[in-house]
Amino acid sequence: MTRYKYPEPKSSEITPQRVWTQRRQLLASGTLMAATGALPFSSAMAQRNQQSELAPLPAKANFDYVSMEALTSQKDVTTYNNFYEFGLDKADPAKYAGAMKVQPWSVQIEGEVAKPGIYGLEDLLSLSPMQDRVYRLRCVEGWSMVIPWIGYPLSALLSKVQPTGNAKYVEFVTDMQPDVMKGLSSSVIDWPYREGLRMDEAMHPLTLLTFGVYGTVLPNQNGAPVRLVVPWKYGFKSAKSLVKIRVTEKQPLTSWVAAAAAEYGFYANVNPNVQHPRWSQATERRIGEGGFFTPKRPTQMFNGYADQVASLYAGMDLTKNY
Amino acid sequence: MSRLSALTVDRYKPVLLLLGLLPLLRWFWLGWQGELTANPMEFLTRSSGTWALVCLLVTLSVSPIRDVLNQPALIRLRRTCGLFAFFYAALHAITWAWWDQGFVVGSMWRDVIDRPFITVGMLAFLALLVLALTSNQRAMRELGKRWKTLHRLIYLIGALVILHYWWHKSGKNDYTEVLVYGAVMLLLLAWRLAGPWLIARFRPETKKASAS
Repeated sequence: MTRYKYPEPKSSEITPQRVWTQRRQLLASGTLMAATGALPFSSAMAQRNQQSELAPLPAKANFDYVSMEALTSQKDVTTYNNFYEFGLDKADPAKYAGAMKVQPWSVQIEGEVAKPGIYGLEDLLSLSPMQDRVYRLRCVEGWSMVIPWIGYPLSALLSKVQPTGNAKYVEFVTDMQPDVMKGLSSSVIDWPYREGLRMDEAMHPLTLLTFGVYGTVLPNQNGAPVRLVVPWKYGFKSAKSLVKIRVTEKQPLTSWVAAAAAEYGFYANVNPNVQHPRWSQATERRIGEGGFFTPKRPTQMFNGYADQVASLYAGMDLTKNY
Repeated sequence: MSRLSALTVDRYKPVLLLLGLLPLLRWFWLGWQGELTANPMEFLTRSSGTWALVCLLVTLSVSPIRDVLNQPALIRLRRTCGLFAFFYAALHAITWAWWDQGFVVGSMWRDVIDRPFITVGMLAFLALLVLALTSNQRAMRELGKRWKTLHRLIYLIGALVILHYWWHKSGKNDYTEVLVYGAVMLLLLAWRLAGPWLIARFRPETKKASAS
């Protein structure tokens, strides 16, 4: 795999020296860090355990995926969410997702695999070593964040269940808990929430099966206890609170394609050159960055991960396959 | 209930002015409290749009309320309401030009041309600008009979604004709010057609007063 080269960051985006110089101190004082040997590489660590009720999730930094960009604050990451099962307002998930039942949890894996079955969360957690990875997140709505996720490549799980020769796509299904998910009564989406990837996208080392963020297990509003993170695609591709992973031969009909195919495609790769019918995708608002006078940022092709993923789409018309 | 005099109604204009400034004051308060959400620009863009629509609906409801209450002097409050609709629409347009387009003229032009959602919003704003500019006594005098014809543009503006809002929400099939605002708008526009007839039927003695 090619090692990812991050673009030269602006000085304002670099981890503040105050935080940087604390790294050894944090390493020495933090028993969690000391115990796991994790190197606090970014300001993520300075903000660890802010939400103390969430269990810490030890992980090792993966140096291929560490960013020098300033992280979006834990507060913004955990209070500005799209999780329509809990309502359409971005504050709704943080308000209502606390009631979601995330224990016990299991994920059913079915379809074109040699080893289908129900996998308990504990099995999934211990399947492969946890990694700290800092990814950019670009929402189709035109805003972005930089988030320190914890997880391991989805390929580790897929390899374990052994896709058959017919396995061409992977479908992801989000849980439905009607008693606590008031959004399920709306007709915005044909529930449950379904997303999908092509097999090579699903097996790509960037595609992360994610269990934590900011040093702890996922808060419910961020898709606890297990979600997908596909950093070169618009955020809606990264389905939350997964209960089913179905390996298929045919391209699955994803929720947003079913709801508005003209606006949201199956691929949904971040692409500044293909505009959304109602807004340009050329720029993005980085959440928490600067103030009212801070201009939007230019959006990067494949959200800045072109070196890793552009080859997956060689010869494809990305305007048609948006 | 006796007829309110023009003087009495005018005395309440400062109250209306203060009421109209409340949304603006609320933004400053929220900003002070750090409660403008994680994306303050988006919040203010949407909030200003919502308040422009609310003020437009209030403006359109002045004459029906006047008719129902049989208080002709209430019409004196309509211009202030209309100007507040313009005020919030102008702020809404500025949020778009500033935060979305960075005041780049070429980019703004393309956005207006490329996106029907923006096109109708901009048309509605420009029409509202014309009405705001011709809202003073002098323009009324100079335009004479044409003033009333010109200001019927408000009905077109109402329709464009609802369409703008509808398209804004269409990507998520989330029409609840649009339908509520749209229904109120429709009711207020329908009143123009059926209102005077209804009043004449149920309150024959006031027929003459409500004819205007």
